[in-house]
Amino acid sequence: MKPFNYTRAATPGQAVKSIAGKPEGRFLAGGTNLLDLMKEHVETATDIIDLTRLDLAEIKETDDGGLRLGALAKNSDTANHKSIRENYPLLSRAILAGATFQIRNMATNGGNPLQRTRCQYFYDTATPCNKRAPGSGCGAMEGLNRNHAIFGWSDKCIATHPSDMAVALAALEAVVQVQGPDGERSIPFADFHRLPGDKPEQDTNLKPGELIVAIDLPPAKFQKHYYYLKVRDRASYAFALVSVAVAIELDGDTIKDIRIAMGGVAHKPWRAAKAEEILKGKAATVENFEKAADAEMADAKPLEHNQYKVPLGRNGIVRALRKAANLA
Amino acid sequence: MRRVDGLAKVTGQAKYAYEFELPNVAYGYLRTSDIAKGKISKLDVSEAEKAPGVLKVISHLNLPEMLKLKDRGEEPDGAEFAPFRDAKIVFSGQPVALVVADTFEQARHASHLVEVSYDKDDSKTDITKMLDQAKPTKENKDRGDFDKAFGDAEIKIEEEYQIPMEHHNPIELHGSTAFWKDGKLTIFDKTQNVYQLRDRLADMFGVAKDKVEVIALFVGGAFGSCLNVHFHSTLAALAAREVNRPVRLCYTRRQNFTGSGYRPETWQKFAASADKDGKLTAMSHRVVINRSSYEDYSEDFVQVSRLIYNCPNVRTTYENVVTDLQTPTPMRAPGAVSQMFALECGLDELSYAVGIDPLELRLVNYAEKDPETGKPFSSKALRECYKLGADRFGWKDRKPEPRSMKDGDLLVGWGVATGVWPAMQQKAGVHLVLKSDGTAHVTSATTDIGPGTYTTMTIIAAEYLGLEADHVRFELGDSSYPKAPAQGGSWTTASVGSAIVGASMAIKGKLLDLAKKQDKSPFADSKPDDLVLAEGHLRSKSDEKQSIPISKLMEDAGLKEIGETHESEVSPERKKYATMAHGAQFVEVKVDPDLGIVTVTRVIEVTACGKIMNPKTSHSQEIGGVVWGIGMALEEKSAVDHRYGRIMNASLAEYHVPVHADIHHIETLFVEEDDKIVNPLGVKGMGELGLVGIPAAIANAVYHATGIRVRELPITPDKLVAPRKA
Repeated sequence: MKPFNYTRAATPGQAVKSIAGKPEGRFLAGGTNLLDLMKEHVETATDIIDLTRLDLAEIKETDDGGLRLGALAKNSDTANHKSIRENYPLLSRAILAGATFQIRNMATNGGNPLQRTRCQYFYDTATPCNKRAPGSGCGAMEGLNRNHAIFGWSDKCIATHPSDMAVALAALEAVVQVQGPDGERSIPFADFHRLPGDKPEQDTNLKPGELIVAIDLPPAKFQKHYYYLKVRDRASYAFALVSVAVAIELDGDTIKDIRIAMGGVAHKPWRAAKAEEILKGKAATVENFEKAADAEMADAKPLEHNQYKVPLGRNGIVRALRKAANLA
Repeated sequence: MRRVDGLAKVTGQAKYAYEFELPNVAYGYLRTSDIAKGKISKLDVSEAEKAPGVLKVISHLNLPEMLKLKDRGEEPDGAEFAPFRDAKIVFSGQPVALVVADTFEQARHASHLVEVSYDKDDSKTDITKMLDQAKPTKENKDRGDFDKAFGDAEIKIEEEYQIPMEHHNPIELHGSTAFWKDGKLTIFDKTQNVYQLRDRLADMFGVAKDKVEVIALFVGGAFGSCLNVHFHSTLAALAAREVNRPVRLCYTRRQNFTGSGYRPETWQKFAASADKDGKLTAMSHRVVINRSSYEDYSEDFVQVSRLIYNCPNVRTTYENVVTDLQTPTPMRAPGAVSQMFALECGLDELSYAVGIDPLELRLVNYAEKDPETGKPFSSKALRECYKLGADRFGWKDRKPEPRSMKDGDLLVGWGVATGVWPAMQQKAGVHLVLKSDGTAHVTSATTDIGPGTYTTMTIIAAEYLGLEADHVRFELGDSSYPKAPAQGGSWTTASVGSAIVGASMAIKGKLLDLAKKQDKSPFADSKPDDLVLAEGHLRSKSDEKQSIPISKLMEDAGLKEIGETHESEVSPERKKYATMAHGAQFVEVKVDPDLGIVTVTRVIEVTACGKIMNPKTSHSQEIGGVVWGIGMALEEKSAVDHRYGRIMNASLAEYHVPVHADIHHIETLFVEEDDKIVNPLGVKGMGELGLVGIPAAIANAVYHATGIRVRELPITPDKLVAPRKA
């Protein structure tokens, strides 16, 4: 770990000020990912701005009837919050599908969507990685890419985003509230993460020095028909090979509104827009679910070792839809 | 009986190698190579040396002359890679510099300031691409005529099986704390063999053996990874000498993947034929593993296909391939579990070809005598294991067709496999002191890597000395105690336990000598065999009333204690017999066919391994073995990128071992054997038995559930959702 300057911020404004002009400065919240990366010398932060004393841990209702999740509320407190369990059960299930008790007790809502990829080439400084060392190449492209993306990757990077929580936030169309040198702004969740393109070192559309202060959930409407499916190599404490978050608003048998987001398949939580489009206004039947899943996966571009993600993603979408719609 | 060291472990009193507090201790941190093969072209340590707190940077540039290979030729047995001898790189992760500093953080930071450049050569690490370069490690004569029998057979199978490189991943990382005082080295070390390390360090540093003391009071998991001397030990000792301070050195988890060995990658081809009743007519088993470029390594000491089943025509070959990787090392049931995967999956495939139940196939070919030598078994209750396990499991309700059993949408599969492990014993020494206050103190330089040796040895000493267990103190893990073998191969109870029995007998003899001196001694004409030590008395076996308190015998003789050092020998009688432990494993899996998720819902594991000394720790060992087998079957793989010769998933987040949520019903049962031929205690090793058949039984159950035969471990969801075309 490289020696660094440590500053404890008392207010969000102070935190934003402290990091200004320090491109290698990092905010510290739960530390569950950042500290690991610093120990591995993947992150070599010059400055650590400690956020843990900021008053940002509250979960409260918003004026429009939604819910505001404080950036520093812990993942476990969020998943087990009464209002989340009752009104946003999809989010609760997704958070609890991630990591371990111990990690969720430390990890924060602002930090979770900012965790870095688990691509093994990103983690190993002896190998090339455009995300870690821009221009060094992609070790995974011709290497061990069993865990990598099948959608939206570029010739620079095939990494996936590892968060479960973020997949549910994408499905729920959350809004990220940030504070930065130029003031406050709101970022719709779909625009928060980015595809790798030519700049895989950039995971999100946050501007330098911007701080997440809250994540807003719109008014709840998917309390009844939801499912978070996670397929992984062991039953707990493993990242998703493929995950699927489904939220359906049903009118009788008819699908009034539907959200499908996938994890483990792209550089960002992947909204299955094609499948959603096919299903909107249609009857909730297994046949329609299969049709939608096939259409979504038709665009997949698998690599040498992750071709299984195509049938697995297809079966996962169908399973999650069936579970959400209570079709056995 | 509960573990005597349990309280110390759960309350943190038990100290592990890296935890011993010493004044003025310094910290070492390794910088390791990024490439697998080549040489260091430039090593610049000047920035590192200038960094705060740094005391010394050790590398090939300044290794003391005495530690270089000189003309010693080959390394001594059990000693593997010794770093910094020259600029040559022979595996990725090889140490290139050791930074010693006042604090751990300072040492770690300075390790990144060491500048290294390499001249890189092409490395080779994929054995499946180098099978034509495999060299035999053992000359084996065929039994019978395999070619003819197999050629003539109508019912036969021939398949390839693969097991990836796997790592032990004990929770305690490999490490040492070392210091020199008055020319003597003391090292607290994570080792399974304190004498081997003592001798190795004495040899390396050119000091007498009694000028080195190795201490390993507790070992936080080993599984074979501490059987050989690893470089954390030699480098901690070296660093302590160089900076003249105590030094702690511990691998990181990533370094642990290249600093203490692994189960070699194993490629196998297994062929077998049978007649229409399922009687084996021929078997051939070719095993190819990887080795390093600098140490020959084989796992051919156990050859399972020659010793479990009756088969007149058998060919086995054991080969290795040189790779640019660190040297492999024994890992839980080495050789046996890998070979059993091919053999027991192969026989399962054969049972479908014959059209009989896989358990029936094993019974049809049951060996009453050692099929290789014709010797009788000292004991073999395998048939009883099959029966008990099958009854308990409900095997008779198995429908033979794959995909024929269901639980809702889940496919259900049942699989069976046999377990086997040689019952071994080694020379071992103990020192036993019986005190007049009715307590005893026993010491032996064995180790306890988790099976419960502290507890089992306490039980044995208490039983043979006739004392309550809480009056016996057993200590281990110090090279100042009498010599004992490595804890490995599951021979500790047989070896050290037998030494305790021998020492107790000798003490009984000494007490009898004292008894004979008593006035009107009731034992004037007695022989040692007529008497026992029980409840603090020397007592006649035939008449309980004939009894003298041991305390009285000792007080009358003015003795505060009686000491006895004893070395156990392996009985020559054993040579006339085949001595093996056996077991049978029955497994139920449930498979989600759409998502490829396998859950091992039920395991019935039955072991016949002589006498059970302590049921509680014995069941723990077998349960641990089963869990290990589940990991091996479904999760474990050290993934090597062959372009770089580098292990890419070197962390506990990415190298998967089972978590609690993976583990469901596991039932372990014992069929006790009365076997006084193996040793006076009648014990055989058990640690491997819970494991050896499990990966095959799970793979067989997965086939039964899905109709998909996965011959390449681990069986992960991708292999079931998108199976390889046959």
